[in-house]
Amino acid sequence: MKHATLEKNSILLLVCILIVVSIGGIVQIAPLFWIDSTIEKVQGMRPYTPLEQAGRDIYVREGCYTCHSQMVRTLRDEVERYGHYSLAAESMYDHPFQWGSKRTGPDLARVGGKYSDQWHVEHMIDPRAVVPESIMPGYPWLAARTVDAADVAERIKTLRAVGVPYTDEMIEKARTDLAAQADPESKAARELLQRYPKAKVAKFDGRPGGEVTELDAVIAYLQVLGTLVDFTSFDAAGPSLR
Amino acid sequence: MSRKDIDEVTGVETTGHEWDGIKELNKPLPRWWLWTFYASILWSIGYWVLYPAWPTLAGYTKGTLGYSQRATVAEEVAAARAAQGRFREALGATPLEQVKDNPELLRFAMAGGAAAFGTNCAPCHGRGAQGFPGYPNLNDDDWLWGGGIADIHQTVRFGIRSGHGESRDSQMPRYGLDKLLDEKQVADAAEFVLSLSNQGTDEAAQARGKETFAEQCAACHGEAGTGNAELGAPDLTDAIWLYGGTRAAVIDSIRTGRGGQMPLWEGRLDPVTIKSLAVYVHSLGGGQ
Repeated sequence: MKHATLEKNSILLLVCILIVVSIGGIVQIAPLFWIDSTIEKVQGMRPYTPLEQAGRDIYVREGCYTCHSQMVRTLRDEVERYGHYSLAAESMYDHPFQWGSKRTGPDLARVGGKYSDQWHVEHMIDPRAVVPESIMPGYPWLAARTVDAADVAERIKTLRAVGVPYTDEMIEKARTDLAAQADPESKAARELLQRYPKAKVAKFDGRPGGEVTELDAVIAYLQVLGTLVDFTSFDAAGPSLR
Repeated sequence: MSRKDIDEVTGVETTGHEWDGIKELNKPLPRWWLWTFYASILWSIGYWVLYPAWPTLAGYTKGTLGYSQRATVAEEVAAARAAQGRFREALGATPLEQVKDNPELLRFAMAGGAAAFGTNCAPCHGRGAQGFPGYPNLNDDDWLWGGGIADIHQTVRFGIRSGHGESRDSQMPRYGLDKLLDEKQVADAAEFVLSLSNQGTDEAAQARGKETFAEQCAACHGEAGTGNAELGAPDLTDAIWLYGGTRAAVIDSIRTGRGGQMPLWEGRLDPVTIKSLAVYVHSLGGGQ
């Protein structure tokens, strides 16, 4: 075919451009869906509990990602400060992921368990109460607002539609589970732990018996970050090394 | 484009197109540009061979250099560890109490401890370890769980009320919230507690509070209120108050039982770093 033919037929040109671009896209993107090393297999990952997921939604709503990344990169200074570098599997249930691209505050990928719940409460309400040099804004309203639990089942159902392996039982019990995670002594909390191993059950905001607040949800989310993968069974030098 | 069309003025060949009498000269690409372009193609071929590049059906081309970010960071961390190897080994092998006798080792532990403190401990205890309400000052000689270097080491490793099996653990009853004492009894007990540090004002209330104290509080805080580091029960006779020494704060402590938590660091930090932290915190001024 003469090049002039292409130049003179806009539809033909369009189709040919589409073919050429598709080849580039397919070569770059398609293999990611089937090669094993894209998301290596790890032990311990599970979907977020309804309360953690609610906290995640608040995290996104408040724009925490504009200052905090969730990605420990494969660099010595990061590994020594934050812990094991992040694995793709650790954010496979994140929609959207919170890797971030800019750090004004520290990385939060492994913040789970690093500070006590009480510290998070004080720090969220007024960061300078515990870290005088902090420039983070306070989020005092989180403690005063009851978490919106009405549509939590719908929200995790939506996540299942994009591939997060929530079971029918998890969706059915979503509202109970959300309340149970902030009610440590309850029978429902023990059931929650069977559905979601390693979940932290506590009245995170330090007000036992009170309503489940947005602060409870955010702290539940922060306390699970980076704690799920069992690194004792993860082989960093294994086939996934790259 | 079969026929050559030479522009009369410049003597250069044109592209053969014509727009309203305007023609375009077919000038060659600048040489520097062309050669850079060719060089970048060659570079990319070299890159494909040397580095991970193309996805394949089962995986991807690994490249002949065997480059891997994960391997690189593992090597860098290992190299840094090896550079400190002599000190790390010695610190790991030296009993805690004897670290201070070896000036070289002490310097290493102090530097490592200060660095680890800055990123891990300072958010709660402050950059200068001065503490905040609810988070103890580590510079003074008032210790909830003991200020010996071994005590500090134990606390750093397993935390306080962290849920770990070896964690420091105790729980003061929530006298007010659980209605174990009525409001007046709580207020009287607070008055007595304040009198232990010479802050009492109401002698009748103190006398009533003293009875409550003997029944409810003395088991952990001691009959004289001097505390018990085995149980993390603070000394109530000094002027150091973790949650504040005002009347309202003391009443609140009796009502809620407090029960502050510290995370465990075993597993998150390596044993040598935890040891360095113990040495550092012990050196801050109040180590026993």
